[in-house]
Amino acid sequence: MVEKYISKGNRSTKAGFGEGILDAGKQNNKLVVLGADITTSVGLNLFANAYHERFFSLGIAEQNCVGVAAGLALSGKIPVFSTYGVFAALRTADHIRVSICYNNLHVIIGGAHAGISVGPDGATHQALEDIAVMRVMPYMTVLSPCDATQAKLLTLLAVEKLAGPVYIRFGREPVPDFTSVDQKIEIGKGQEMTSGNDIALIATGHMVWEALQVAYQLHENGINARVINLHTIKPIDKDMVIKAAKETKRVVTIEEHQVNAGFGSAVAEVIVQNYPVKMKMIGMNDCFGESGKPEELMKKYKLSADEIYKTVSQFIHDSN
Amino acid sequence: MVFQKINEIAELKNISYEVRKDIICMLAEAGSGHTGGSLGLADIFTCLYFSAINHDPENPSWKYRDRLILSIGHVAPVLYATLANAGYFPKQELLTLRKFGSRLQGHPGRDHGLPGIELSAGSLGQGLSVAVGMAIAAKIDSENHTIYCIMGDGEIQEGSVWEAAMSAAHYKLDNLIGIIDRNSLQIDGRNSDVMEIEPLTKKWRSFGWFVVECNGNDHSEIISAIELCKSQCNMPRLLIANTIMGKGVKEIENDYHWHGKAPSKQQAAQFIAMLE
Repeated sequence: MVEKYISKGNRSTKAGFGEGILDAGKQNNKLVVLGADITTSVGLNLFANAYHERFFSLGIAEQNCVGVAAGLALSGKIPVFSTYGVFAALRTADHIRVSICYNNLHVIIGGAHAGISVGPDGATHQALEDIAVMRVMPYMTVLSPCDATQAKLLTLLAVEKLAGPVYIRFGREPVPDFTSVDQKIEIGKGQEMTSGNDIALIATGHMVWEALQVAYQLHENGINARVINLHTIKPIDKDMVIKAAKETKRVVTIEEHQVNAGFGSAVAEVIVQNYPVKMKMIGMNDCFGESGKPEELMKKYKLSADEIYKTVSQFIHDSN
Repeated sequence: MVFQKINEIAELKNISYEVRKDIICMLAEAGSGHTGGSLGLADIFTCLYFSAINHDPENPSWKYRDRLILSIGHVAPVLYATLANAGYFPKQELLTLRKFGSRLQGHPGRDHGLPGIELSAGSLGQGLSVAVGMAIAAKIDSENHTIYCIMGDGEIQEGSVWEAAMSAAHYKLDNLIGIIDRNSLQIDGRNSDVMEIEPLTKKWRSFGWFVVECNGNDHSEIISAIELCKSQCNMPRLLIANTIMGKGVKEIENDYHWHGKAPSKQQAAQFIAMLE
């Protein structure tokens, strides 16, 4: 039995993040937003317009944004800082490590433009290493919602339920918005989207939708895939990953990110230490992206559902 | 109880003498650490914690305290020695500096629970941004405390310092006082040989800061300069404190080799005997 998910239409995960911050700011007046010049393109214009007295523009100065966020958090505020993931996570890495993580401060960092689906902007603006750098930071929670609805819910949870540093990864392109507003969601707990036992497809971010399309194709060939959405990359849901390894014996990970040290590696860390099974890690293979339409890039880098299906079919064949 | 401020210069000098003695003893016991900068800053730290800032050693998280951000975490010994002398923790604990299990980490770490530490820091170029964040928070909450940020002169070679400087002026943070420890030396030698930072005053003024210079080893000059900074409105304030690296121990004064070196126990006894 493979559960069917229907898209309510296409929306960007960025939009969900922006709505989440707006709602969180409405509920909690300690929330303060820092702008790094690209406020609209990271979805924070909603908050900035509604609560301009709690919005501080800091210009194109990401390292300073991180330190200012730390100072605000040390003074009892809940600061949100967002820019493109390449800058939010990489340019600032040591500042995040020392000023935010070593001080274990509740700062929400939003990493926009995740993955190659950013498209025409090309390699410099496609965040493909942010998961690796953020998940290696002590105390950091790393979130990667699968659609706009989930992005909003996770953002609200990150503000209200967590106490330490958080990195939320989201994309620019409108993608299928298919999860329910009343879904059961908890930071640190994965979601079993389909209940197959023949193979596990563990995905994060927008790739969960692609994984579901792959599962439907596999189902037509008599293969029941268990699709797992790990919207929380850290702390990872070990129990769900181990259970999937035990029950399916074959695990594929799918991410719009470098496979080196990325999401697939996080899953592999759990599997190799607990219940080793054959794995295939799908993602960017130690290369940069390039300009092009999102769908052209997803096809070239083998991240579209059709391409993933081919890779998974080959993996099933090789591992039989 | 809020700390009783000391106004007598002679008394402040005595405290600086004690702080220097403690710095030498703790570094000798640790066997490593940053002697030169710590000694050079002893007078500024004395003036801050015993005269300028509002704080309460019995209640280190007192909401309305002034905040002191030590951006140059490597001079932790002067912070620890001053805090101990102000009563934050027993002086004998100073001898655990840099040792396993100690609350006195090589660079300040809040996670080890030493009272009086506002920020875990040590990676250069980050403290001023944090101070800006604290100053913005105080403005949001209409609180009147002052945020001090101690920077090194070599440190301002970090580009992020200038991002922070720009933002402090943009938000007219007149609850922020930056202090640059201007000893003109860094690990590789003189600032002017490693990377020129002059004209320092002009640079900060052009970034929208009120700038005042003083002899950073003269208690009355330091206190007057801080008072002058406090009287300026609508802009962040910078005190360029001209100090002597290793101040108090003639043998090592102005010798950049003592930036990151600790005295042996034998040297420590000689240094203490030499202290003015």
